[in-house]
Amino acid sequence: MRHTLAVLVENKYGVLSRVAGMFSRRGYNIDSLTVGVTDDPTISRMTIVVMGDDQVLEQVTKQLNKLIDVIRVTDLKSEESVERELALIKVNSDVTNRSEIMQIADIFRARIIDVASKSMVIEVTGDEGKITAIEQLLKPFGIKEMVRTGKVALRRGQKSS
Amino acid sequence: MTESTEKMTGARALIECLYREGVDTIFGYPGGVLLPIYDELYDADVRHVLVRHEQAAVHGAEGYARATGKTGVCIATSGPGATNLVTGIANAYMDSIPMVVFTGQVPSSLLGNDAFQEANITGITMPITKHNYLVQDANDLPQVIKEAFHIASTGRQGPVLIDLPKDVTVQEIDFYYPEKVNLRGYKPTYQGNLQQIKKAASEIEKAKNPVIYAGGGVISSDASKELRELAEKVKAPVTTTLTGMGGFPVEHDLFLGMPGMHGTKYANYAIQESDLLIAVGARFDDRVTGKLKAFASNAKIIHIDIDPAEISKNVKVDIPIVGDAKWILQKLLKYAAPADSEKWLERIAHWKKDNPLYYVQPDNGDGIKPQYIIEQISEACKDAIIVTEVGQHQMWAAQYFRFSEPRTFITSGGLGTMGYGFPASIGAKIARPDKVVFDVAGDGSFQMNSQELATAVQENVPVIVAVFNNGYLGMVRQWQELFHDKRYSSTCIQNSVDFVKLAEAYGALGLRATKRDEVRPAIEEAIASGRPTVIDFVVECEENVSPMVPAGAAINEILDLERKE
Repeated sequence: MRHTLAVLVENKYGVLSRVAGMFSRRGYNIDSLTVGVTDDPTISRMTIVVMGDDQVLEQVTKQLNKLIDVIRVTDLKSEESVERELALIKVNSDVTNRSEIMQIADIFRARIIDVASKSMVIEVTGDEGKITAIEQLLKPFGIKEMVRTGKVALRRGQKSS
Repeated sequence: MTESTEKMTGARALIECLYREGVDTIFGYPGGVLLPIYDELYDADVRHVLVRHEQAAVHGAEGYARATGKTGVCIATSGPGATNLVTGIANAYMDSIPMVVFTGQVPSSLLGNDAFQEANITGITMPITKHNYLVQDANDLPQVIKEAFHIASTGRQGPVLIDLPKDVTVQEIDFYYPEKVNLRGYKPTYQGNLQQIKKAASEIEKAKNPVIYAGGGVISSDASKELRELAEKVKAPVTTTLTGMGGFPVEHDLFLGMPGMHGTKYANYAIQESDLLIAVGARFDDRVTGKLKAFASNAKIIHIDIDPAEISKNVKVDIPIVGDAKWILQKLLKYAAPADSEKWLERIAHWKKDNPLYYVQPDNGDGIKPQYIIEQISEACKDAIIVTEVGQHQMWAAQYFRFSEPRTFITSGGLGTMGYGFPASIGAKIARPDKVVFDVAGDGSFQMNSQELATAVQENVPVIVAVFNNGYLGMVRQWQELFHDKRYSSTCIQNSVDFVKLAEAYGALGLRATKRDEVRPAIEEAIASGRPTVIDFVVECEENVSPMVPAGAAINEILDLERKE
């Protein structure tokens, strides 16, 4: 099962490597990891997606909490949180199919952010399913390159995490 | 202590911080980038113990910490000095021993430059320290040192490393030592949850076959008095792990000895037949549990531990109580009523009678059995501090010494570091000059750090190294005998060194015993000499540690390897 963890950490050098190192030496695989500073410049927020059963999740959470630079770990359950991911997709295109691709982008509320004679770059934001869906639709045109940010997530409503 | 600020260098500030943390002894070895610090140490009011290899500095600091409960401190230079500490840091991390380790580093401007004697020691030690720091501004140094001592000595204790680039040690700062530490990501729990404690108390009252399984946490939280009181009150027998040894008196009726691979049969039987296992400051290590699925399978498990990550890590726990062992045992004492364990204790008494630890004297009359030496040391000096190396002799020491107080058994448990014992014994003796300190050693292990004889002599630290000289790397040989058809691949080290001459070469006292009746006089002579001493005990060479649970077996499938008389 996949879990999304919100991890608040001290915004210091070496913290990413402490967190990543904990995962690797205990044999846990990270599906995705994003880091950025929060509204408090001394605190960064990591969103980590990890595969594993409840026991793995429990150990990961406890081991993260053991790191001195980790301030708080929250398991973001998907029904209680909003999550987004951003992807940039460079797809083959020329005059013959440009409008078709733009229509697909339109349906997904994606944006064209670069157009060249042989390709376009599309920016799309959404949950994982949406990004996978547009990727599938663009595949027949030939995807030259693609990058995904990994998931970021926040808890809904009042509660903070 | 003054709160006013004073101008000084980073190196001077380091010394000031050590004073404020009450550090009286540090173990170390100088080097290029440490020159400013060593210049300050030259007339500082701190004893600096000059070792002959950095590994001995870190083990020495650990021996000091384990003998006293204080935080051990050591220092080594950048690059190879720092990497030579790695084994000792890992050792302290595995056994949760409070240490602050200082390393020199190349100047900040050269960091990452592959400079001379540069090693990324914070990167290297990340997985084996509780926390580590690279100080980049001397103004941060007092705060970092304050935090380091706090982190090392609280919660689940462990080593903290501080890496000091040379320019930081010469930088001028306004010195101010912070009173408090506020780490928002580090708030260890000391007080256990009262509801959980009450639940545990009611399980104890209902239990018919309770067993207390106590580990190193009892020693670190200074809870041996409470452990004993609880055991007596609720009438539960106690088994202590290798690192918990000394936490419960060996001669107590309720004592079961050590559990696990080389534990007593009756400790293992008791765990397997128990209906309630009360784990206190122990972590269900594989050497204790054997086959996990078969471990204490009929028992409810109460687990008292200060580290939440240990709960249900290896064994599923029914009643976890996170917090300090001493605090929780005090509360448990208040709420717990005696278990209905009378029949159980009778059963255990039978197991003890039918399956005692035993060895038989050798056929050739006056040869020396290693177990006999431990018994003799124990009789000659019951309140000695026993430090060990790693291997067969370590197990014999744990099995046969009659420990009566905590902090008298110092051994490398989790990591199993050969070469640990001798430098650790030097640290222990410096910490407790009033105690007789033995390093129970194998001829293999002792050779891993025998150069420290120079330290013991120069610093006048009269430890006694009892070398159990069987001419083999005995524990590995034992496994080769049992599981590899006696193919003694690279384990024979016979006649490779004359330990008496070795001792004498360093200016220490060298003694030898080859017959049984020479054992006790050698021990007495070593104690009386007041000098660093090596006793070469030439022992039976193919003696095995018995009993033994084969790897992967359940702990009640424990075999006698010693012949019956």
